[in-house]
Amino acid sequence: MIYFDNVSKLYSDGRAAALQEVTFQVAPKEFVSIVGHSGAGKTTLLKMIIAEDQPSHGKVFYESLDIHKISRSRLPQYRRKIGTVFQDFKLLPHKTAFENVAFAMEANGRSDEEIAENVPQALALVDLDDKAWNFPHELSGGEKQRVAIARAIVNQPDIIIADEPTGNLDPIATYEVVQILRKINDLGTTVIMTTHNKGVIDEIERRVITMDDGRIVRDDATGKYVL
Amino acid sequence: MMTGFRRVVKAGFVGFWRNAYVSLASIFVLTVALFVIGSTMLLDQLLTTSLNTLQSKVDINVYFVPDAPEEEIEAIRTAVAALPDVSSVTYTSREDALEQYRERRQGDEISLQALAELDENPLGANIAIQAQETSQYENIARFLDEQQAQEEPQVQVIDVINYAQNKDSIDTLTGIILATEQASLIVMGILLLAAVLITFNTIRLAIYTSREEIAIMRLVGASNMFIRGPFMLQGIMYGFIAGLLALLIFYPLLIWIGPGTETFFEINLFDYYVQNFGDIFGIIVGIGVVLGLVSSTLAVARYLRT
Repeated sequence: MIYFDNVSKLYSDGRAAALQEVTFQVAPKEFVSIVGHSGAGKTTLLKMIIAEDQPSHGKVFYESLDIHKISRSRLPQYRRKIGTVFQDFKLLPHKTAFENVAFAMEANGRSDEEIAENVPQALALVDLDDKAWNFPHELSGGEKQRVAIARAIVNQPDIIIADEPTGNLDPIATYEVVQILRKINDLGTTVIMTTHNKGVIDEIERRVITMDDGRIVRDDATGKYVL
Repeated sequence: MMTGFRRVVKAGFVGFWRNAYVSLASIFVLTVALFVIGSTMLLDQLLTTSLNTLQSKVDINVYFVPDAPEEEIEAIRTAVAALPDVSSVTYTSREDALEQYRERRQGDEISLQALAELDENPLGANIAIQAQETSQYENIARFLDEQQAQEEPQVQVIDVINYAQNKDSIDTLTGIILATEQASLIVMGILLLAAVLITFNTIRLAIYTSREEIAIMRLVGASNMFIRGPFMLQGIMYGFIAGLLALLIFYPLLIWIGPGTETFFEINLFDYYVQNFGDIFGIIVGIGVVLGLVSSTLAVARYLRT
């Protein structure tokens, strides 16, 4: 459902290209991990998918839609198909866990009834129903990331994009977050995740794309972490 | 649609309270800006009124010879009054002129005695002419000179036209009036520009603190209007509250300086403020709301690109 067609990203200041002739595709319901050193181009790749960054050459498609030809006014609609999770959680600090999740639904123009029904479900899925009314600063790192995942899935997106979701977490929290992502994948949502964490990759036992210096150097169907 | 609007309004109010400190700073700066704008407006009113008063004191006097026939005087008076530049013509009869002379020379026994020696009233009638603009006196004077020139030498009616004597002071005054008006216009423009820039920067800083929030809103697929709406509403609220505050500050200030302006400029600013409160309210609050709205819209647009 996601196609990268010979995509390169060059920076004007003459630094090495962030992406070089990247071509690959992601099928529906796949769980793809992207690994590589810092600066290998993993985050740039994800930014291309959510149209936060433009390729210098090549095209990125969501099904038959050229992502970088979507008009600015239609972009929000496209982004609603994708749930995003980040290393630094990106929760709104002045909103409770419930409100943070509800906010994503409000932004999508969902009704109050839908919000009242779906938010508790999403929080239950990440096992946080008891912390719904806590503010982010009252939650642990793992809990914050689970709120972020609940927010990402509450609109039932087609894809979850997770950029280093376990980067700031201790091993137990990392394990929990990965289990939740697998559960979401099992429920039928495509997941694309970048990570540094060898343990995570070896545990998931799914497709692994290895990047180095802006290129895809390995693409294994049930990969191990090899660098 | 309604749900979206309700959420935008709610988010606007919530944002206003949660960032109370930032809101306060923005309102404070806007209040100062609006106060400056209001002050320039009042100052301009003060200037205009005092210039009008000054202008009304400038006139041309035409003195007629004592035995000028009434109908001739009447003819000239009507002709002058018909000129488009003339705003008023005041006629003083021979008797009134004498009366005024007596009043002026009260206590000056020699002059009064000299007057009493005469068999008849030595003074002629005169008319005082006022123009709408000081610059128009030149034209009126020229017209009167032509009238005088047309008269036959043996039946002179016009004795003296005092414009030539007053010309220098009238010219100077005209120059001062024009220069003052231009200067006040320039000063007003600069102050307005400064006020707009300072306000814009303050609100931009206020929104800068929310840039993370804006980024998150975009990530979860919020439409641009959904993101922009609350900030626009906050800008309107800043402007409205700042407008009210500025008006509130003027009130005691004008009670205090009102009597002073009355004696010096012949207009009580406090009375002016109270009488024209509707207009002043509209202008100050209106400028505040527009300034807040435009500033916040421009500031948030920065974070909505791509």
